[in-house]
Amino acid sequence: MNSLEQAGKLKEKFGDLISKPTEFRGDVSVNISDAEKISDVCEFAKKILGFDYLADISSLDNYGDEPRWTVVYHLRNLKKGNEIRLKTDVSEEKSKLPSVIGIWKTANWHEREIYDMMGIHFRGHPDLRRILMWEGYPYFPLRKDFPLAGKDSEMPGVAFSKPSPMEGGPFVTVAGGNSAQAREPRIRIPETDSIETMSHLERRKDIQETHGHPKGPGPIEKK
Amino acid sequence: MPTIQDIEIPDSAARNAAVIEELPDFQDERMVLNMGPSHPATHGVLRIVLELDGEVITKADPDVGYLHRGDEKIAENMTYTQFIPYTDRLDYLAPLANNVAYALAVEKLLGIHDKLPPRCQYIRVMVAELARISAHLLGLGAFAMDTGAVTVFLLLFTEREKIYNLAEAISGARFTTSYTRIGGVMRDTPPNWCDQVRQFCKEFIPALNEVETLLTRNRIWVDRLRDLGHISKEMAIDYGLSGPNLRGSGIEYDLRKNQPYLCYKDLEFDIPIGTVGDCYDRYMVRMEEMRQSVRILYQCLEKIPGGWKNETHEPVNVDDGKIILPPKEKVMTKMEELIHQFMLVTEGMNCPPGEIYFGHENPKGELGFYICSKGGGVPYRLKIRSPSFINLSILGELLPGAMISDVPVILGSIDFVMGEADR
Repeated sequence: MNSLEQAGKLKEKFGDLISKPTEFRGDVSVNISDAEKISDVCEFAKKILGFDYLADISSLDNYGDEPRWTVVYHLRNLKKGNEIRLKTDVSEEKSKLPSVIGIWKTANWHEREIYDMMGIHFRGHPDLRRILMWEGYPYFPLRKDFPLAGKDSEMPGVAFSKPSPMEGGPFVTVAGGNSAQAREPRIRIPETDSIETMSHLERRKDIQETHGHPKGPGPIEKK
Repeated sequence: MPTIQDIEIPDSAARNAAVIEELPDFQDERMVLNMGPSHPATHGVLRIVLELDGEVITKADPDVGYLHRGDEKIAENMTYTQFIPYTDRLDYLAPLANNVAYALAVEKLLGIHDKLPPRCQYIRVMVAELARISAHLLGLGAFAMDTGAVTVFLLLFTEREKIYNLAEAISGARFTTSYTRIGGVMRDTPPNWCDQVRQFCKEFIPALNEVETLLTRNRIWVDRLRDLGHISKEMAIDYGLSGPNLRGSGIEYDLRKNQPYLCYKDLEFDIPIGTVGDCYDRYMVRMEEMRQSVRILYQCLEKIPGGWKNETHEPVNVDDGKIILPPKEKVMTKMEELIHQFMLVTEGMNCPPGEIYFGHENPKGELGFYICSKGGGVPYRLKIRSPSFINLSILGELLPGAMISDVPVILGSIDFVMGEADR
């Protein structure tokens, strides 16, 4: 039985909860419309369909779209070797879904990592702490609105972080940008996502301070 | 304080026990011990918070993240090709295997994974198997050294040095190879490279045999490894273990066999598995995997299209100007190649929107890449499923009940790299 047939069985059992299976490059994936049901679906997939191995849990930040989060599960049947991908959306206000740790223990660290990086909570997780960042770090670094350079944070006596100087790189490329300039790998300022360099920004700040206007009184004089 | 005479007389133990009974009760006293993040047996910056009852571990909490560099965030901000050097730094003991894994993942997204030229497939298999040997050698050497057998480490490093020389010959770098490209490899093998690989294989097996005589039936080694760190089949699957750790527990699952990629289905090799899932089984699985890798290398040398020197000029890259950079001399003389070069460097290759997951059998286990693309030359999200990270999560259940001096042995048998676990 291949993955598509297995996905069909899922749909048979759960009906409208499961979307029509899609196939891309041989990977079969289905969407689960209600994130609250994810543990039921996973349990059925494991017990009845034989997907005994959880290869990976991953998360997506659809920044600017609703619902904001997508949590992606990769299940595998070790005996038959076929795989299925389950996806479920979680809204930003809620940012919470049931844990699957009761079904696979490997979900423990996967879910901790997603909580650490994206800030999505898992209900029923016994030990939802940060895992890669330190306990007490205030941000969720893999969110799309977190700048590549990082942010200031301070925990006295434990750790601190400072934005890295972006002058000279990394040369950031933007997917599907409208203009050729936007698509090219260039130095970018993370907050504004403009293509100006840091020195431009600093210079503008100087002008604003001396002249009270961002463009200054006329041609910019060199210092 | 007992004197030597006290200890030597037969009933001194009973007398000491009597003294201890008079002391305040320490029976339920637990001590918390921080092992790491900078400890020679933790092979990097792993910290384990151990709760001890005497010398017996009652609770273990592995703490990872000291080497976190944000590779997944970085990947979202650069083209697919620009990310290749970062993959060198995941499992830095087997950079060539990481390069192959990443290239295959992006090729799956592009839909060209089954159109790779045969010579490219064979070269990739060869470098991946060399990387497997190299990673297992270091894993085994460090494992033996932590257990007390320093000679093994030094012996195996002589062999690793040869693999570094091979990596240098083919890619120009000993450590950070960045050898693959999306749709091919950086360059064809140098003229005498295949001779060197054959020479290495010839010398490697006797060296491995020598190490086996030092370890496999060594009383101390066997006593320390047997019946320690027992992982049952169910536990291995439950914790999502992969690679030699999964196979050591007796599960015959190898992505090279079960989901064959590249030219692995044309090659003959066996999957070694353990029976009870203790440290000794995992050691034996790794030993046998190295022998099987040499077997694969010999077959590749025999079958490689174009032969050792590629006299028939077999291609090593896909024939697609929108994916692979054109040769430099054509860029300077031909219009189309100039445009391709310009577009590839500035925008990257144009990947279709969609999402894929590709798992590669790396030395440490399954290195998976989940790529979500919204089109264009940059991934929208690139998740790295690193085997070391998942394999480490079992420590919380594996360590309790063991003694403190068993920790280096269990850690060595799990064989992890923190560069990959922390990403």
